[in-house]
Amino acid sequence: MSARPPLTASLLKLDAAREADRICDWIRATAHDVKRRGAVVAFSGGIDSSVVGSLCVRALGKENVAGLLMPEEDSSPETLGLSTSIVEHLGISYRLENLTPILAAVGCYRRRDEAIRSVVPDYQPGWKHKIVLPGVLDTDSYRVYSIVVQTPEGQTRKERLPVGAYLAIVAATNFKQRTRKMMEYHEADRLNYVVAGTPNRLEYDQGFFVKLGDGSADLKPIAHLYKTQVYQMAEFLGVPAEIRRRPPTTDTYSLPQSQEEFYFSLPYDRMDLCLFARDNGYSAEEAASGLGLTAEQVERVYRDIEGKRRFARYLHLEPQLLEPA
Amino acid sequence: MNETVESQVRAYVVDHFLFGQGGDKLGSEDSFLEKGLIDSTGVLEVVMFLEERFGIKVQDEELVPDNLDSLARIARFVEHKVQQKATA
Repeated sequence: MSARPPLTASLLKLDAAREADRICDWIRATAHDVKRRGAVVAFSGGIDSSVVGSLCVRALGKENVAGLLMPEEDSSPETLGLSTSIVEHLGISYRLENLTPILAAVGCYRRRDEAIRSVVPDYQPGWKHKIVLPGVLDTDSYRVYSIVVQTPEGQTRKERLPVGAYLAIVAATNFKQRTRKMMEYHEADRLNYVVAGTPNRLEYDQGFFVKLGDGSADLKPIAHLYKTQVYQMAEFLGVPAEIRRRPPTTDTYSLPQSQEEFYFSLPYDRMDLCLFARDNGYSAEEAASGLGLTAEQVERVYRDIEGKRRFARYLHLEPQLLEPA
Repeated sequence: MNETVESQVRAYVVDHFLFGQGGDKLGSEDSFLEKGLIDSTGVLEVVMFLEERFGIKVQDEELVPDNLDSLARIARFVEHKVQQKATA
């Protein structure tokens, strides 16, 4: 008989007030330790950045938090409205930086479009697109990406990406996260602030970030919180309901794209539980009923989790030295 | 030419994923995934090599470890595909 409790969402119930105090004490201590006077937060209009911004305001005071809003031409139409609503709700100063000219100058869109055209020769810049993964639950298939394009008339086409095109598309779109981080550090240097990163535990653990892009920061206040715990924290902190209701999105490609089709194998609430189960010794059989999956499906998700951890190792790795120096 | 499919794939994998070193430690049935040798991106590189070298087309539904997760599995898969193509 297992000593582990049944796998239910209640296992991830947070004492949000206590946890907010703990995080805020740590934010203050960390900023003080590096002699910085405040924090820069980039707001995407999503739940993670809204919670990090709210925690920084609670820890440091609203006059010591600077917001950045950085949409670009592929951002969803609602991104700017939602990110504006959270910075105004928090009462912090903020700057709007439209990244499209920088990204165009560096060739982000051109390089990406050339790579797409190598697979879909008649692809035009006005067409919408995204890259997607096959589901993990019902097949042992390798998780290789396909490109989905949509003509202005609404016709869609899907093609498997050969390795060169896949890497070229990812390399080009990674300019977005890296350009945002460049702007965040510019602001932090200008104000003598730290940069607060916004990954949650799923993203941090599974490598759902760009190295030297959204993976970079001076502190990451919610990297230990499961996504469902971030939602609990958002409610406690009073993050506006319109942001709490927004489905998680990558907001990187021009077609709407869920985080499941881009990266994770399950919707975030079940992904949280699966990661928790994996890390707390639940066998696939023990976890299955709590997740509403078969044991075989849980095994596939467990394998996917470990595969992503192997990939994430490189993302987390600091520059390697031959010997300590 | 007497090179087997497996020996050609072995040469590619050792050159490409191991920088030409340690090929003698790679067993015919060793799982690339378990050895941490080839991930999903690496599989795409292997597929490109197989398609170019052996003139086959790997379908989406064939992108599974049963076909591609060891030298021996790849050899069996490629030999089957080549035979299929010859009799088509």
